[in-house]
Amino acid sequence: MNAPPPAARLSLRGISKRYPSVIANDAIDLDIAPGEIHAVLGENGAGKSTLMKIIYGVTRPDAGEIVWEGRKLAISSPSMARELGIGMVFQHFSLFETLTVAENIALSIDRPQAELHDEIREVSTRYGLPLDPARLVHSLSVGERQRVEIVRCLLQKPRLLIMDEPTSVLTPQAVQQLFATLRRLAGEGCSILYISHKLDEIRALCERATVLRGGRVSGEADPRLESNDSLARMMIGGELPACTLNPQAPGELRLALNGLSLTSDDPFGTALQDVSLAVHGGEIVGIAGISGNGQQELLAALSGEKKLARADGLSLRGVAAGKLGPSARRALGLGLGFVPEERLGRGAVPEMSLADNALLTGATRAGMLKGPWIQRSKVREFAREVIARFKVKAPDEDALAQSLSGGNLQKFIIGREVMLAPEVMVVAQPTWGVDVGAAMLIRNALIDMRNRGVAVLVISEELDELFMICDRIAVLADGRLSPAIATADASVELIGRWMSGDFSEKDSHVPA
Amino acid sequence: MFQLETRPVPSATMRLLSPLIAALLMLASGFVLFTLLGQPALKAFYVFFVQPLTTLYGVGEWLLKATPLLLCSLGLLIAYRANVWNIGAEGQLVMGAIAGGGVALAFPDVSASWLMPAMLVAGVAGGMAWAALPALLRTRFHTNEILVSLMLVYVAGLGLRFLVNGPWRDPEGFNFPQSRMFHEAAILPLLHPEMRVTVAGVLALMLVGLIWLFLSKSWLGFRLTVAGQAPAAARYAGFGERRNVWIAMLISGGFAGLAGVAEVAGPLGQLQPSVSPGYGFAAIIVAFVGRLNPLGALLASLLMSLLYLGGETAQMELGLPAAITGLFQGLLLFYLLAADLFIHYRVRRSERAPAAVLKEATR
Repeated sequence: MNAPPPAARLSLRGISKRYPSVIANDAIDLDIAPGEIHAVLGENGAGKSTLMKIIYGVTRPDAGEIVWEGRKLAISSPSMARELGIGMVFQHFSLFETLTVAENIALSIDRPQAELHDEIREVSTRYGLPLDPARLVHSLSVGERQRVEIVRCLLQKPRLLIMDEPTSVLTPQAVQQLFATLRRLAGEGCSILYISHKLDEIRALCERATVLRGGRVSGEADPRLESNDSLARMMIGGELPACTLNPQAPGELRLALNGLSLTSDDPFGTALQDVSLAVHGGEIVGIAGISGNGQQELLAALSGEKKLARADGLSLRGVAAGKLGPSARRALGLGLGFVPEERLGRGAVPEMSLADNALLTGATRAGMLKGPWIQRSKVREFAREVIARFKVKAPDEDALAQSLSGGNLQKFIIGREVMLAPEVMVVAQPTWGVDVGAAMLIRNALIDMRNRGVAVLVISEELDELFMICDRIAVLADGRLSPAIATADASVELIGRWMSGDFSEKDSHVPA
Repeated sequence: MFQLETRPVPSATMRLLSPLIAALLMLASGFVLFTLLGQPALKAFYVFFVQPLTTLYGVGEWLLKATPLLLCSLGLLIAYRANVWNIGAEGQLVMGAIAGGGVALAFPDVSASWLMPAMLVAGVAGGMAWAALPALLRTRFHTNEILVSLMLVYVAGLGLRFLVNGPWRDPEGFNFPQSRMFHEAAILPLLHPEMRVTVAGVLALMLVGLIWLFLSKSWLGFRLTVAGQAPAAARYAGFGERRNVWIAMLISGGFAGLAGVAEVAGPLGQLQPSVSPGYGFAAIIVAFVGRLNPLGALLASLLMSLLYLGGETAQMELGLPAAITGLFQGLLLFYLLAADLFIHYRVRRSERAPAAVLKEATR
């Protein structure tokens, strides 16, 4: 344990916070020196976000003390935190899409707009975050929106900046840019609390790391001296499990998109432009890209939740299926399995039991119906099998879907779709918010399906994951889909450039 | 200091207990109300809730009024489970009465056994047709079915008044705005000679079982419930939204239409300017007090029917205004909604606010 630095900017002592069903923070100690980039590392649900909310005054701790620049105090609200000099950039932005950059910033900083325009320009160029104050937010890319949030914090001259998983929405190139900005800020004496579960980033950026596990501090380290494995051990309390993808020849064409163009129902959604894609049996194709680039529209078009104008825009096992609804696509001849990114409310009905949720998509394929009547015993049997085979932590099949943790529910939904023995499987964000062990179980289940000859399409924001499990990778950027190239020929740099919408292959060695 | 906090899991006990708590609070408020009105409260309670059931005839009346309430609420609870807000059961009931009564008036000389089934089918069809309008407008033009179905109640009522004042008025009826009395083959048989309740009561009871089967065992019932609880999950599973709206509207309209024809072919025996004292609206309360569950609706319709009866005896015996029935109905729904809060929330005693603890540490 490090002794607290003599003049810590912020010290937390024994911070605890409990919620009705969980202890989010249990006696957490943390010290941050001026100008230090300090990582808070932990899996989803380890208590990182709660701790940050306590520092930013959003949530109040049940016990413990906060010492800010030598003074004990209670941070009672975000505005008090801002007055103290604490800024926070949230994972999910709070910007009004119909307002300009300057107008959005003016909402939280009380200064005349003309002055703000100049200040925004000045601050954004000084820190390498180019930004036009007059642009409307809905026309900005996600990376640019994050710049708005950061500039908004910088205008208040923070002495502590909290970044909550800032890179989950950025291309690899934009991540490097962000790091340069953060280092510069730290050089000027601003302390930075950097929250993430990405080990590489933390080792590249941070000087110190506090690792949380299950709401407690499980270790402190200098990440520059640690390896990914040693950090992962602190984070998950065990080794990082692995998965392997043995090369195999792809089979017949199972899923094809042929020049699909589609407008979005959401006024700020992204229209799909001329998207073509082929997925064969026995391969996993990954679609990388940051959410909001047409992922939702593409998924709705694949699942049948949104029907296409042309039947041949989508074919499943050679059948033109564009005008079919979800249940027709799921039926025996076509055999589509689909896991949406929202689990509660879309993939599962929150207030229904796991058995009823098995019935949701399994009814016709798994023979759970007899005429118009439901055969309860078959439904239960199927649900029990999913629970057992996918190691879902639930008391029994009568447990309500909403009582399961996000990772367990995801295991159940993926298990349900896998056990319906689809010919084509489409999975969105398979391991979002899922702990490392469950993530590996899910990834291995997908690889297992591929080995059995199923065509698998994975849409994910996690590049590491796609490189781990995909035979081929394509990128969806601004509604357009890049060519799908073999994972072995793809580099993070190339995919990163594609994510920004530039689909040329200029400095890769792959023939076009 | 008390504060509300979200329960980790909604309480199943509270879900069942909440209607009982609401009924008790309604009685307690009634006690205060009677006292303020200068009535001895216990006697008023007796008059309101016990006296109506002391005679065989009274029990018959109780079941008689419960029948249309139960029929309407059985249809409504399916619609509400599917997140389709049919508020116009009253209008669909009136249309059922018009359609079924129309058949009786069209065949005054027929005494064959097909007449009564034909009237019932016409009544169901009439209710369905009236419910089909909001369904069509919602699925085609995204109108709000709450407003459309509610406004159609008044259209149906005016339509009925037009008919009994004009084309269908009894020529030998001294110019009263009502149709001629239905002939015997167009009247439902009584359950017991001393009671006015008809076989429609038994039919309603059988439908309770059918609806229970439909909701708990049938694939269609399951899909409607999913559509109500999680619309995105219903789309994901491929349960078309339009189809759900249509089915929910038609079922609830059909049940209300059945209630309507059973009224005119039962206790009324003719078409009158008003065929229902608001059964279609009261059935909304019945459906919710009954937890959108058919067995619950059975119990709730009996309670609501007693409120109607009690209101009548209270008018006669105690000289209280007719509004007393509506008042009790309103209180019941009000307390139910309040008690329902505790299904999802619970009260926690916080010894001291967390901020106070922190401030203390600062000193």
